[in-house]
Amino acid sequence: MTTNLSGKSVIAGIGATKFGALPGRSTISMNVEAIRKALQDAGVEKDAVDALWVKCPTSKFELMYGQKIAEATGLQPRIGGVWDQGGASNIMMISYAAMAIEAGQCEIAVICFADNPKTGSAASYSRPRGDDALYGWFATLSSYAMIARRHMGELGTRREDLGAVAVASRRHGAQNPNAQLRKALTLDEYMALPPMVAPFCRDDCALVSDGAGAVVVMSAERAKKMGVKKPVPILGFGHGQTSWEVAQRPDMTSTQAKIAAETAFKMAGLSRKDIDVAQIYDCFTITVLMTLEDYGFAKRGQIGDFVKGGNIEIGGELPVNTSGGLLSETGMPGMQLIHEGVRQMRGEATLQVKNAKHCIISNQGGVMHTHASLILGQ
Amino acid sequence: MNATVQTATKPKATLPDPDINEVSKQYWDALAKGKLTFQHCRKCNNNWLPARGECPRCLEADWAWHEASGKAKLISWVVFHRAFHPAFEERLPYNVAVVELAEGPRMITNIVIDDAEKLVIDQPLTFVPAEEQGHGIARFKPA
Repeated sequence: MTTNLSGKSVIAGIGATKFGALPGRSTISMNVEAIRKALQDAGVEKDAVDALWVKCPTSKFELMYGQKIAEATGLQPRIGGVWDQGGASNIMMISYAAMAIEAGQCEIAVICFADNPKTGSAASYSRPRGDDALYGWFATLSSYAMIARRHMGELGTRREDLGAVAVASRRHGAQNPNAQLRKALTLDEYMALPPMVAPFCRDDCALVSDGAGAVVVMSAERAKKMGVKKPVPILGFGHGQTSWEVAQRPDMTSTQAKIAAETAFKMAGLSRKDIDVAQIYDCFTITVLMTLEDYGFAKRGQIGDFVKGGNIEIGGELPVNTSGGLLSETGMPGMQLIHEGVRQMRGEATLQVKNAKHCIISNQGGVMHTHASLILGQ
Repeated sequence: MNATVQTATKPKATLPDPDINEVSKQYWDALAKGKLTFQHCRKCNNNWLPARGECPRCLEADWAWHEASGKAKLISWVVFHRAFHPAFEERLPYNVAVVELAEGPRMITNIVIDDAEKLVIDQPLTFVPAEEQGHGIARFKPA
């Protein structure tokens, strides 16, 4: 006997700092600002919050980091903590909050993330991978490039297909006044860029950014009682963990994103054709192509045809990353995608998709080690 | 790459050494002698790398090191045009690959080839013993 939680919880508020370089700001300070703004957006008094989930900064792991955020916000949560699943953490924490609320363990949860790799240290992105430094095996982007090359060789994906993802995020980000990189990119410009770690060039890679984001989650019933102005229902979520290092994965070109999406669609009682807009984790261009394939928006090996000709840009069949994603808005690992999903469902996005009723959001972490999907409605 | 060349071009910056522990010591000792080995589970016949204390399939700790045939295939590769460590600045561009040994285990390696962009997914490869920073390592070349 299972309970379907679809629509039981809502995202009641969102808040973020500026994106880009925020010199002198600690991650704790940025988290507090994002939380303050999210609570204001929801119209919730801080003292009503009884749960706090935090994603630890990528650039610096700190023991008991969640307790530091609780102290800085003057909270003594009933439940919560730090979730260590990389960029998949934010959606995962939102789903744990929804489950905990329904189980009576808490009533109003805050989920937040902050990091400052741009003005602080970005060393975690270029570290050696595992025990293979002697082979020159360095940096996160190289592992994603390894996956991209396999995808190209096995399934016929071309650099133009990777480029279509960068072009879409950059076009959308250029129109977002809060985006860190507001410079549109043409496919010709993309194709002319020199390789960095081939098959990737610079513009296949996420930005490095300072900033924080937070969301407030509560039951739909509570939001109604409190008069929350624009609650966005959480219709579905699902997780999947691919877990193994890239070199050890028997299948390099598909991940447990498939399981995550299946779980989320089943919970929401929806299918791919019900999705009007998507925010797909674009730490690297290949991630968007593989996620869309694993989510079933294109058959395996046919993603190039799906993304070409502006099909994932505003006005296309499935607008993706309408505020610019990690490639253009901010390199923040995933919270900004949730915020844009909320704005699309509220009807207040800068690049609003007309009549959009359902948005799917993906978060993923490590080198596609972890994945989480979230479906929002109205 | 012989020991003389290694000394002459020894980078000022030192690469992180592999974690050589009780389990992995035999792997590195064998590589130092030019032999590529992998772990074989006596319980379930699984073969794997890198070194670990228990078989990741049946979780038993009853295994032995076997010498690899040296035959492998190319799963994927990348070409670094940017160095993320000073030790690699003078080697650009260089490649890093994932290969699958004929016996099953997969590993990170380098392919010995002038232009790595000419490689093809799944092409057959052969083990080439090499040395880096005093450690034996396993490179591969097109078969």
